[in-house]
Amino acid sequence: MSQKVLLNSKEVNITLHRLACQLIENHDDFSETVLIGIQPRGKFLADRLAQMLTTDYKIKNIQLGYLDITFFRDDFRRGDKPLEANTTIIDFIVEDKNVVFIDDVLYTGRSIRSALTAIQSFGRPKNVELLTLIDRRFSRHLPIQPNYKGRQVDAIDNQKVKVKWVENEGEDAVYLIDK
Amino acid sequence: MSELSVNHLLGIKYLTKQDIELIFETADQFKEVINRPIKKVPSLRDITIANLFFENSTRTKLSFELAEKRLSADVINFSASQSSVKKGETLIDTVNNILSMKVDMVVMRHPNPGAGVFLSKHVNASIINAGDGAHEHPTQALLDSYSIREKLGSVKGKNVVIVGDILHSRVALSNIYALQLQGANVMVCGPKTLLPKYIKDLGVKVETNLKKALEWCDVANMLRVQNERMDISYFPSTREYTQQFGVNKELLDSLDKEIVIMHPGPINRGVEITSDVADSKQAIILNQVENGVAVRMAVIYLLASKIKQ
Repeated sequence: MSQKVLLNSKEVNITLHRLACQLIENHDDFSETVLIGIQPRGKFLADRLAQMLTTDYKIKNIQLGYLDITFFRDDFRRGDKPLEANTTIIDFIVEDKNVVFIDDVLYTGRSIRSALTAIQSFGRPKNVELLTLIDRRFSRHLPIQPNYKGRQVDAIDNQKVKVKWVENEGEDAVYLIDK
Repeated sequence: MSELSVNHLLGIKYLTKQDIELIFETADQFKEVINRPIKKVPSLRDITIANLFFENSTRTKLSFELAEKRLSADVINFSASQSSVKKGETLIDTVNNILSMKVDMVVMRHPNPGAGVFLSKHVNASIINAGDGAHEHPTQALLDSYSIREKLGSVKGKNVVIVGDILHSRVALSNIYALQLQGANVMVCGPKTLLPKYIKDLGVKVETNLKKALEWCDVANMLRVQNERMDISYFPSTREYTQQFGVNKELLDSLDKEIVIMHPGPINRGVEITSDVADSKQAIILNQVENGVAVRMAVIYLLASKIKQ
């Protein structure tokens, strides 16, 4: 199993700063915006961006939540892989807000499709945007595209894009792994 | 392990500790779902579930029906008193007729012990036991343990006493199995006439003095006297039962610690429990009911995930 570094720690940091700045360009003081990390792996990116926006860019009162989409997936009972649900924490109003979904890798788009259905359980957002660290273009099964992307990657089906975070795996890096 | 080790939920005796942990972790997520503005998830929209209740029920029947609907399943309800069972139709025939209408899962409450096990061997559907005679009531035991876990952090190492009509209680037996599987210490307390002869063989402590039992325990699960299952008199009068085995505020206040009071319902106010205890902050009876929906959603979801498309 071979692996190649797509983004090293320094490049991840620069990319995160750029994404944070792009968010500020569009959302100003975030008073009408909520950030939602898609469980399980979008949570780390969402936490990091929220931390950056608060500490480095002095945005106050960022509203951050986590959304688990397990019960809204379209592959329930279709695969052999058992599904384990993660925690959803959305303790703010979503109705009429600008929602930004945050996930680490955008691949087929099915997770985001599930998230779009799931978020309706909490209210009707004013609009929904998608921020993703890695966009695996040409791999989409559905017409879904990111509004903010860190890096675009051309990867084939038997390759996996793995995002590692210091909090979890001890380093910030993105790898392309041959399965 | 993200899958149950069983294809039916017939009794706690068939479950492993890992099964119970998985059910509780899944129930945690469903508890959040049932507190959302829209309390539904679409997971089971291609599943049909039949609720077959051959015995009366308020809580269990409503709780299962709500759990199924929150999972977007199609639900059909069968009540024995209004069916062709009165014309002599057998259990297997009844169920097979229902299954011919493409029903995937059956939730059944039946007066005969082992009815669920019997059914699981003869029909092609996933069976959930909602109570079989005086044998088991697995989802009740699961929601009871889940409620203890919620209130006290965990079940392991806790002292739990089950008080009342142990002899006729499916809730007691399922609770004994479930609590022991999770490492709790279990005691049963009641009049000798209502304690099964060989109950000690299950590894539980036995006590006939309620005050001693309450002084020992962290949690007391009060059971209703199952009059409908009694063929003879097991105690001289209800009043005497209440005096010896009913819990009241005075008794609770006399203990040197605050214990948790549970009851599976329905409550006979003034018999096994007084109103001031049932409505006090020590009682988690209504939490049990709320948790029941989340736990049943978890059980149905996990069993359904094993029914392949």
